[in-house]
Amino acid sequence: MAEQRDLVAKTRLIEERGWRHSLTELLTKWEVLLGIIFVLMVVFFSNLSPYFLDYFNLMNATFQFSEKAIMALPMIYIIMCGDIDISIASIIALSAYAIGTASAAGVGTVGLFAIGLAVGTAAGLINGLLITGFNMPAIAVTLATQSIYRGIAQAALEERAMTSYPKGFGFFGQDFIGQTVIPFELVLYLVLAIVMGFILHKSAYGRRLYAIGSAPEAARFSGIKVKQVRIINYTLMGLFSGLAGILLTSRILSARSNIATSWDLEVITLVVLGGVSINGGKGTMYGVVIASFLVGYLKFGMGLLKLSGTIMTIVIGTLLIIAVLLPRLLDTYKNNRKLRRQQAEAALQATKA
Amino acid sequence: MRESQVKRTPSEPLLQRIVKILLDRREASLVILLAIMLVPIVARSPQFLSLDNINRILNDISILSIVAIGEFFVILSNGIDLTVGSIIAFSGMASGMLNEAYPNVPVVLILLLGIGIGAAMGSLNGLLVAYGKIPPIITTLGTMSIYRGMTFVLSKGTWVTAHEMTTTFIGFPRRTFLGISALIWMAVIVIALTYYFSRHTRPGREIYAIGGNATAAKFVGVNEKRTRFMVFVISGTLFGFAGSLWTARYASAVNEMATGFEMQAVAACVLGGVNFAGGAGAIPGVVLGALFLGVLNNALPVVYLSTFYQTLVQGMVVLLALIINTVVDQRKTRKLLAQRRAR
Amino acid sequence: MEGRELAFKNALDAQHAGIVAIHQEASMFLELSVTENIFMGHHLRHPKTKRLDGKGMRERTRELLDQLELSIDGDTLVKNLSVAQRHMVEIAKALSLHAKIVIMDEPTSALTTREVEDLYRIVRQLRAEGRAIIFISHKFEEIFQICDYFTVLRDGQYIGEGFIKDTTTDRIIRMMIGRNIDHMFPKKDPKIGEEILTVENLSQLGAFQDVSFSLHKGEILGFFGLVGAGRSEVMRTIFGIDRRSGGTVRIDGKPFVPKGPHEAMAKGIGFVPEDRQRQGVILSMSIGNNITIVQLDSLCKMGITNAKRELEVTRTYGEKMEIKAAGWHVDADTLSGGNQQKVVLAKWIGTNPRILILDEPTKGIDVATKAAVHEFVSEMASQGIAVMLVSSELPEILGMSDRVVVMHEGDVTAIFEREELQEEAIMRAALGETKEARRA
Repeated sequence: MAEQRDLVAKTRLIEERGWRHSLTELLTKWEVLLGIIFVLMVVFFSNLSPYFLDYFNLMNATFQFSEKAIMALPMIYIIMCGDIDISIASIIALSAYAIGTASAAGVGTVGLFAIGLAVGTAAGLINGLLITGFNMPAIAVTLATQSIYRGIAQAALEERAMTSYPKGFGFFGQDFIGQTVIPFELVLYLVLAIVMGFILHKSAYGRRLYAIGSAPEAARFSGIKVKQVRIINYTLMGLFSGLAGILLTSRILSARSNIATSWDLEVITLVVLGGVSINGGKGTMYGVVIASFLVGYLKFGMGLLKLSGTIMTIVIGTLLIIAVLLPRLLDTYKNNRKLRRQQAEAALQATKA
Repeated sequence: MRESQVKRTPSEPLLQRIVKILLDRREASLVILLAIMLVPIVARSPQFLSLDNINRILNDISILSIVAIGEFFVILSNGIDLTVGSIIAFSGMASGMLNEAYPNVPVVLILLLGIGIGAAMGSLNGLLVAYGKIPPIITTLGTMSIYRGMTFVLSKGTWVTAHEMTTTFIGFPRRTFLGISALIWMAVIVIALTYYFSRHTRPGREIYAIGGNATAAKFVGVNEKRTRFMVFVISGTLFGFAGSLWTARYASAVNEMATGFEMQAVAACVLGGVNFAGGAGAIPGVVLGALFLGVLNNALPVVYLSTFYQTLVQGMVVLLALIINTVVDQRKTRKLLAQRRAR
Repeated sequence: MEGRELAFKNALDAQHAGIVAIHQEASMFLELSVTENIFMGHHLRHPKTKRLDGKGMRERTRELLDQLELSIDGDTLVKNLSVAQRHMVEIAKALSLHAKIVIMDEPTSALTTREVEDLYRIVRQLRAEGRAIIFISHKFEEIFQICDYFTVLRDGQYIGEGFIKDTTTDRIIRMMIGRNIDHMFPKKDPKIGEEILTVENLSQLGAFQDVSFSLHKGEILGFFGLVGAGRSEVMRTIFGIDRRSGGTVRIDGKPFVPKGPHEAMAKGIGFVPEDRQRQGVILSMSIGNNITIVQLDSLCKMGITNAKRELEVTRTYGEKMEIKAAGWHVDADTLSGGNQQKVVLAKWIGTNPRILILDEPTKGIDVATKAAVHEFVSEMASQGIAVMLVSSELPEILGMSDRVVVMHEGDVTAIFEREELQEEAIMRAALGETKEARRA
């Protein structure tokens, strides 16, 4: 009898523990936490400003972050493999300069698109070849190419701005789809995010990215062409930066050499905030997409409240640090608790004996 | 080994020996590179080596040297510090505002304020890296936004201009002592102190140990956390000091000041042969790296390139230095490996 | 120690008690000078000024190096020293710590003959000074030359000890071999087919030289040797991980120069590497993803993964290997070592290899799994797969192999047919005894 009661009690304990366990598991999932923060933010701003939950405003606000969010997509791949690229803002400057010059020479919209993408792709490919070819640290190489790419734009443009573009070029960065109020940029971003997310989570290539990031040696021993994958990543990064350059130029219809300064750090922030481990091998597309909207709307909301952009930078910086610190603290907490429970159980056994 | 080999093989050609020393001492190769670069410049414009121009170059690189040395210690410990520009901005803004509000406060106190601010901000970085175990690049990526934002909060978006500051403050970098400006003196003092620290003190050497081989360093009793923390305090302190000097030298404090300056600091380190993997490099190399950048910038007009070429040329030089360092290193490793079984 | 019972938490504690281990290069600061390497962690301070005493340390280094009669400059950076010189620096460091016990682990493995002489001289000198030296070695020559007393360990077990002067090489060899009959090997009658892999004079600078052998279908070719013999390096080179510096490899008679593992895999080679945790499994991936990672291309249509087919493959090979886990979605890091190894085996079997390289496949796994692995290897061979089995366990080699290649410090010292397999002869070849004899 007593034994049976004991057993029942034990089972219940285990069940409760299991239930609580899965809840903590869920709550400590970074994407879920980000989602909760996002909802809290929406509630917060919509209470403080009647203009926040306005459909048109919400759509319009995406112009401010779509290009960065687009660049965050291939950056996920790069960071997933344990690499980094801090030359992407300079690639934008380079492609914007190329587009501006070509446009001044009378090239049409399609041609401009091709030139912007080609320049970006080439710049990314050069990064990839330098890093894997000489086996040099990614941060050092992209630091140098950061100067080189922007330097080319600077040397050529000096203080000037390229401001003549064909009619209709402004569509990509400024306009809405059809008669709706949905920006073209936003739709493009979402389509690209779905494609890139599909590749990341549902393709052989994505699987290889995770493998390289978690265990580079095991990946190599499994026949994965690690160098090739890294070069492709950097090339993709260049291609997307070129695209962002086109969109940005189209949006502001002007190309200066100091365009998009410090965007590389903002993009990396989005990716890390989205839960991608800077050491590689961990992270999801969902997390980064949520992080992009979170940061974008945080900026928009604070703008509505007439808080300067500066508070914004503080908030984002803090978020970034918390994003990395929190899981670590939770881990330590969990381990400590486990340890304590084990100790308690051991003590209990000891007294029984 | 150098000495013993020379002893054993006295017939070794002189040229080969020189090449060997050059490969061993990156500083030496940098000096030679600098000399080679100077030849055409001086040939074209003999005034380049005039006392006046040298003085100008040295003044230009003083702040960069101080900052690059701060960055050097962090890279040496196998980290990176991106807060260079942000700490300079905050401390520079604070210095300018202090001078504006209380014109009677002596310059020394303003400099101390800058140093204190830098040390505090560096401590936070160090705390997060050493005790929070956040990778340095993430930590400083976060704090660089925070510190830059704090600068705006402090200034409320305004700036401090030359006529709002006292002439004592903005004039002090140009005050000369023994014919050399105070700014250069400041850099010389920092170089001397950090050189001594990095070469002749135990904590200084322990930074090399942690960066070179963290496991082995723990084996011999080096406190890893404390060392990593200390590294960021040092870098922050130097950035803070540089901030005060910056405001005085350029006679203005704006919120965007020194944006992107971290890249210059890292570039000086890379040029100076500081290894990104940690554990290798020295103060003289870093100073030479800064000097290299200074000469480069100063020489652009001489070779008919506008200052708009500055970034491009710098980037190419850094990339070249990087490739040379890597190739030389890899050659050396291969040689050692071959030596191992050759019997 | 000295009558007291000591338990060390870490190397630093041991150091304070006067025990210093001389590691291979792992514990050096390559970018620092000799002097600094010696004094890191216990820098000398000037008696009065309390500052670091650079001059004092340099002088002391000079003294130590002189004492060891070494012509190394104290200011040289360690990265510029040869391996032998690095070793000497480590010894100098032990001296500077006033070590009473010095532990040397295979100190001569990377030294030239002349350098070995230097080391012997130093060891004798240390002994003369009253220090005890623990000299770990697998070379009889040196043990008989400089040791006084010996202890034999085999597979982590104490076997025996005694005075060197009372023993002979033969006796120690017998102790090293032992009689391990608690394990039956499931050796099946081999049906050896045609030659599939031919290796001729394969060399890699600094690792191995002039390695030649051939491998046949259905054969299990054992590779025996002691740690550092270069067996794994040969396998890595055949698999395309490392570049060769000379020699040829032929598969089906056609020359084969892989650009990387993917080309070796295309030729039907599978490789179960030595370092399971870093090279074998991807710890943070599920069992399923680990198994299918090597055949993603054939499982995917247009590069898109197919969860259903992956599960099929995982189940087929996972069940074949009898992997014990809560499910195929479980991460590999939750598995035991034995089960992790089964995952690695399952992954390669899934590729239908023609040649399977197993590098220490049973290292550090439990007895039951070990038996399962052996069973499985025999079965693979009986199906016509050519197997190369690298192992440091003599019973395993004897029990499993059809032929055995023995290596010693980068050279193939002998190749034995199954009929000739004899523990003593193999051990002698692995110790390089035959090589020495041949040279003489």
